[in-house]
Amino acid sequence: MSLRIVVTVKYVPDATGDRHFADDLTVDRDDVDGLLSELDEYAVEQALQIADDADDAEVTVLTVGPDDAKDALRKALSMGADKAIHVEDEDLHGTDAIGTSLVLAKAIEKAGYDLVISGMASTDGTMGVVPALLAERLGVPQVTLLSEVSVEDGTVKGRRDGDAASEQLEASLPAVVSVTDQSGEARYPSFKGIMAAKKKPVESWDLSDLDIDADEVGLENAYTAVESATERPARTAGTIVKDEGEGGKQLAEFLAGQKFI
Amino acid sequence: MAEVLVYVDHVDGAVRKPTLELLTLARRVGEPVAVALGNGAGDTAAALAEHGAVKVLTHEAAEYADYLVVPKVDALQAAVEAVSPAAVLVPSSAEGKEIAARLALRLGSGVITDAVDLEAGDEGPVATQSVFAASFTTKSRVSKGTPVITVKPNSAAVEAAPAAGAVEALSVSFSAQATGTKITGRTPRESTGRPELTEAAIVVSGGRGVNGAENFAIIEALADSLGAAVGASRAAVDAGWYPHTNQVGQTGKSVSPQLYVANGISGAIQHRAGMQTSKTIVAVNKDPEAPIFDLVDYGVVGDLFEVVPQLTEEIKTRKG
Ligand SMILES: Cc1cc2nc3c(=O)[nH]c(=O)nc-3n(C[C@H](O)[C@H](O)[C@H](O)COP(=O)(O)OP(=O)(O)OC[C@H]3O[C@@H](n4cnc5c(N)ncnc54)[C@H](O)[C@@H]3O)c2cc1C
Ligand SMILES: Nc1ncnc2c1ncn2[C@@H]1O[C@H](COP(=O)(O)O)[C@@H](O)[C@H]1O
Repeated sequence: MSLRIVVTVKYVPDATGDRHFADDLTVDRDDVDGLLSELDEYAVEQALQIADDADDAEVTVLTVGPDDAKDALRKALSMGADKAIHVEDEDLHGTDAIGTSLVLAKAIEKAGYDLVISGMASTDGTMGVVPALLAERLGVPQVTLLSEVSVEDGTVKGRRDGDAASEQLEASLPAVVSVTDQSGEARYPSFKGIMAAKKKPVESWDLSDLDIDADEVGLENAYTAVESATERPARTAGTIVKDEGEGGKQLAEFLAGQKFI
Repeated sequence: MAEVLVYVDHVDGAVRKPTLELLTLARRVGEPVAVALGNGAGDTAAALAEHGAVKVLTHEAAEYADYLVVPKVDALQAAVEAVSPAAVLVPSSAEGKEIAARLALRLGSGVITDAVDLEAGDEGPVATQSVFAASFTTKSRVSKGTPVITVKPNSAAVEAAPAAGAVEALSVSFSAQATGTKITGRTPRESTGRPELTEAAIVVSGGRGVNGAENFAIIEALADSLGAAVGASRAAVDAGWYPHTNQVGQTGKSVSPQLYVANGISGAIQHRAGMQTSKTIVAVNKDPEAPIFDLVDYGVVGDLFEVVPQLTEEIKTRKG
């Protein structure tokens, strides 16, 4: 029987660009170039490796996002995923993590799955909560923040490196996994992969396809409200000295002046 | 006055500092009621009472150590049902955020993660967050349900505020999901004897410029002269020179110490994301164009192999 893997990938504003907020205090996704969140490349990579090791497997990449989010799906398809699902709806603008997890969970159920693989966090929101929310909504085990993962005989195993200890985890499928950037370098799409991706199917679903009402998602119905966003004042220029043999002593003098010594 | 639940992060009864900071913030919003789970839960009471907990709800069960996240969500949900708090505060660790999110979903509430400050507001607690690699500061609140908020370490001072801290047993029945993910093995981190990275007042970090695992001894010597924690850039970690637990940045720890010392680190946006809110920043880098110099209060353009040992010696001399 085929192992059905769904990878959740997010389209995010480029971190090296000038990220900012729109007038309604949502993340401005128009003015800054977007891309497949780098941390989700690790999820795609692990999905492809798990699929390679299985007798028969299918990797579907799933995103919830604006029209441009198709670029993120294309990138994942060119890495080697088999097909893609794009959930797009005007009413989704401003949806928060709780709402996004609802949409993703409904789409994952509709697609059919044995294993969901997510990134450790999105590079824009950096919450790192969507995988746990998906497990809660789907009612399946969460096996998250893995730096090592394997799937065998309907069981997922992995290593989670926490603050206090490194833990070995184990759960039966179906399950939700998230992987960290320690899980192994993500592959670059090959030329052949990029050409093949153009022919791979991308399905488009909207809220009605998922039986979700408009009043369950979107900015107006979010569970959290941003009241203000202010740009942090640039740090005032400090003193910079060139080491002419006394640089260490000069730095010590500064630290002593600041009462650190 | 309304009660505020505070989730206690502890190791066998020893309360970790971020939880004591949470008690300071909780007192701005209501009366802190602490929830301590697992082995040694009862031993946390004295420290929690000392810092303002009016009550300490405890529950010990093997499930907390044997299964991932969900047993703790079940217990916190039971505590919310018992207390009907005005808010739930959880330390912002990776696990803390997962617990908070699942709890919020069950309560029909919103969740805010990684707050760096918290104040009382007319419509509930207002959380300050630092976003887009700390280039923006936002103020947000939870607009539905009981606010669930995770707070980063070093966001408030630890303050003594003696309170009753009466211990009460919490009654918890575990959900069907509680035993879904088994923890089959655990290797505790070895203690280095240095302060915890996220809790330290001073952090001394090394990057690619340190050029080798053995050279990290220079960084450690400087750290030890200042009583500091040691951090590393991802480049240094990926090269295998220093453990991943010490990585500072977007996919490592986020630190906000009084003093951050960056050595041989260029200052890429993902590194800045984890240290930009430090009070004072100094750097040693041989490239005058390195972006880290845009952040510093004091910078030395020079070879770290010359500057850092001289700095360490000078500190030792001055400290006598
Ligand atoms: C999704 C994602 C997440 C990431 N997360 C993180 C993260 O959490 N933390 C992180 O740090 N990075 C992270 N990165 C990587 C980040 O983009 C940079 O690649 C990394 O921070 C660079 O580390 P570095 O400054 O040590 O190395 P480099 O950028 O190579 O800089 C080394 C510096 O050392 C200086 N130098 C060299 N020799 C000497 C000498 N002898 N004396 C003095 N100076 C010297 C050089 O002038 C240079 O400025 C992430 C990247 C991505 C895409
Ligand atoms: N809009 C989205 N579409 C698809 N996947 C998402 C979306 N938002 C979050 N995710 C997934 O959830 C992970 C954690 O995101 P977050 O909790 O937002 O930091 C990401 O790495 C993605 O795998």
